[in-house]
Amino acid sequence: MKTLADRALDLAQVRGASYADVRIVERRTQNISVKNGVVEGLSDAESQGFGVRVIVDGAWGFASSALFTLAEVDRVTALAVQIARASGLFKLRDVRLGPPVSHVGTYRTPVEMDPWNVSPEEKIGLLLRANEGLRSTPGVTVANSSLSFWRERKVFANSEGAFLEQEILESGGGIEAIAVDRDRAEVQKRSYPNSFARDQRQEGWEAILAMDLVGNAMRVGEEAVALLKADQCPSGVTTIILGATQLALQVHESCGHPIELDRVFGSEASYAGTSFLTPDKYGAFRYGSDLVNLTADATVAGGLGTFGWDDEGVPAQRLPIVRNGIFGGYLTSRETAQQLREIVGDAAPERSGGAMRADGWNHIPLVRMTNVNLEPGDWEFDDLVADTDEGIYMELNKSWSIDDKRLNFQFGTEIAFEIKGGKMGRMLKNATYTGITPQFWASCDAICNEKHWRVWGTPNCGKGQPPQVAHTGHGTAPARFRNVQVGLMK
Amino acid sequence: MLGESRIKQITETILGRSTADQTEVVVLANDTYLTRFANSTIHQNVAETNTEVRIRVVLGQRLGIATTNNVESDPLVEALERALAVAGLQPENPDFQSLPGPMPISKVAGFSESTASYTPAQRAQGVGTICQMARAEGVVASGAFTTAAFELAVANSLGTLAYYPTTYADFNTVVMSDTSAGYASALTMDAGDLDFETLGREAVNKCLRSQNPRPLPPGEYSVILEPYAVQDLVQMLAWTGLGAVAFQEGRSFMVGRIGQRIVDPRVSLWDDGLDPAGLPWPFDFEGMPKQRVDFIEGGVARGVVYDSYRAGKEEGRVTTGHALPAPSAYGPMPTNTFLAPGGATVEEMIASTKRGVYITRFWYTRPVEPARVVITGMTRDGTFLVENGEIAHPVKNLRFTQSYLEALNQVSMIGRDRKLLLGMADIARDSVPALKLDRFSFTGATEF
Repeated sequence: MKTLADRALDLAQVRGASYADVRIVERRTQNISVKNGVVEGLSDAESQGFGVRVIVDGAWGFASSALFTLAEVDRVTALAVQIARASGLFKLRDVRLGPPVSHVGTYRTPVEMDPWNVSPEEKIGLLLRANEGLRSTPGVTVANSSLSFWRERKVFANSEGAFLEQEILESGGGIEAIAVDRDRAEVQKRSYPNSFARDQRQEGWEAILAMDLVGNAMRVGEEAVALLKADQCPSGVTTIILGATQLALQVHESCGHPIELDRVFGSEASYAGTSFLTPDKYGAFRYGSDLVNLTADATVAGGLGTFGWDDEGVPAQRLPIVRNGIFGGYLTSRETAQQLREIVGDAAPERSGGAMRADGWNHIPLVRMTNVNLEPGDWEFDDLVADTDEGIYMELNKSWSIDDKRLNFQFGTEIAFEIKGGKMGRMLKNATYTGITPQFWASCDAICNEKHWRVWGTPNCGKGQPPQVAHTGHGTAPARFRNVQVGLMK
Repeated sequence: MLGESRIKQITETILGRSTADQTEVVVLANDTYLTRFANSTIHQNVAETNTEVRIRVVLGQRLGIATTNNVESDPLVEALERALAVAGLQPENPDFQSLPGPMPISKVAGFSESTASYTPAQRAQGVGTICQMARAEGVVASGAFTTAAFELAVANSLGTLAYYPTTYADFNTVVMSDTSAGYASALTMDAGDLDFETLGREAVNKCLRSQNPRPLPPGEYSVILEPYAVQDLVQMLAWTGLGAVAFQEGRSFMVGRIGQRIVDPRVSLWDDGLDPAGLPWPFDFEGMPKQRVDFIEGGVARGVVYDSYRAGKEEGRVTTGHALPAPSAYGPMPTNTFLAPGGATVEEMIASTKRGVYITRFWYTRPVEPARVVITGMTRDGTFLVENGEIAHPVKNLRFTQSYLEALNQVSMIGRDRKLLLGMADIARDSVPALKLDRFSFTGATEF
């Protein structure tokens, strides 16, 4: 691998590159899905290749290939240089990367039980048992159970001397029950432990065992059927308590994306959009109440945004984003970190925060979330409910939508419960809530403590053109928000 | 481009070595180039060459799937062995009947040599045209320009053998000022057919006209939807209800309503993978020929799309040729949708509107209640209030929460011209006109 990387780096510089990096990536995935007692999918996929990224005359070029021959390395490197020269035809400024990055090292996700050492029979057996539990409640129309395993080995080398080898391993699993009332054209769904098929962690098979999919299956099926007969979530302005998984989605959409500095600078304007968190707000803007503390932490154990170094070779870091409600941190790349300093001066860090991540060998790295976490508060969950005279508890995301500057959002949850007189009451369906991001976070008046806090995986974060999927993490505990508009469903 | 003979070598290597009862090989090779620009300058410029080989083997009623992107002989055989191992460990799938046997495939033209050989400098010139138009007006351009060449091949041990080379060029741009944005997009088979001047003018003019928007209270309004917004209606109908999985599981809005009128009688929606106007896909990922499928004909529900597995679950049903790469949790999906045009121009729609909202496109739309196709989302890149037959002024973007199915019962006028747009997963292609709807529900507003 080093020979291949050195050849590309040397050739790029001979052809005029002032900077070059090479990423060689090998990805292996295994997905198993059971639907209604039948194994519908068991697939084993591998993808490998390399990408060469160069700066020539101050402009970027990138090319990639799956063919590992020296001739192909030469072709791809020359193509990257040719593309960079084309990029320079309409450049407005030269790319500046700031201080060089020259780390050398290795990193591997710590796991107790490598999921590739667990037999497919055991995995299938677990899914079949969970699936049976889901279907034990009459009225469950569709029962899904699935497992997903992901291993990526990658080598990064750049023309500044960096050479890094990493192996990231993830395990994911989940169950879901769907209940259908054909007469009323109504569909309800319950998932566990997270929505959209699974929760996922940088852990081994132990993460799957800890989920206890079988032990939770009957409850999940029962709740899906019960939702069909539950009352509609009322409309109005009220207090809400968000469960930890829904709050993870809230953090992802209304904090994680708007702090991506490439997006702030317009790089995603034509696709994902821009951000309301412009540099003039850096260090001064009230993002939320005094209780709101948000951190980007690429070092937290188990998080999907954890690594040794990002895809520019920058070490993993833990960085403040919001402190006591005041916004003061971005997710950055080497280039955008320098651009920010040109605007806000020494108030911004000199170096990248290390948030550049690429989806495989065939894409360039973009500024992506690491683990963007809402730090825990000091409430016990039961005390929080007891302290709430009237409101709604909402749990597990069902639908999510937010505008292209990340201000106006509307989220819906799979299940909700009325809170009256400090007690959980009747089940509610089709719950939605909506708001404007900084107003919503300003209304946060209680966050549960570290006992209720954990990092949730989001293995499906889309960004960029061509589309890239990133795996991000979000540490959250349940929290309360006042005066929120809920229930706009007709 | 690997070429048909090299791809045939790959499929023969696998089929010749397989010990399975049945074996299928799907090869998807691509050369994709993308030039991305923002702040009126190129900031990403990338190229990818890749070949994905997907092997599906059948042992009795047990299936195993493995993929690789290493097309040398040994890795291909290793992938085959992984697929066989996976199949051997599985319980029988009683719903699986057989891989499909060979069917005749229609010849369609979908390949442009000029797109396949388009250079980085040519893409930069196209992008430069837009950037210069934006700079001249004091606004900034962003966007992406993709040129791609694909080869799809499917072979199986029952004799199915299909090969199709295709190209597309997709261009989209958002032009922005401090208070506004405009959008333009186009999809062609031949990159030489893209008219950058026209696309730039559309986006720049929309941006200039939508400056300094005023707030508009949420509520019910009549709306005029440009084709970009109409595409979202079609995609969401397809996603929530026009595939066999949602239909068989009772989650589709089509369930129990086949043969009944479900939307305005002027609405007809179909899938036709052979129509040259839609950038054809002549066969699916099982090598089965695309059949025309009428979803809605004159407002009446007609049917959904199938692959061989889902067709096997219904007596007498055959595949319509809409399989996605196996295994697909989503099942078969439309790939070449067409919404029937009407006779109106957008200008006539505006002139006929006493008070309504003109919408360029929708953004971040998500199902809230899939069975009724209740969708929430935002407007973006040019939203205007129409009063007394004229565009009155730009308005700040609005959030809607609306059943798309009910919206199609509020059709007032249908555009006479259709626009071809790239759809879901860059596989689907949608050909749609503008629409005027009498009632549409806005449930919120944002600050810009």
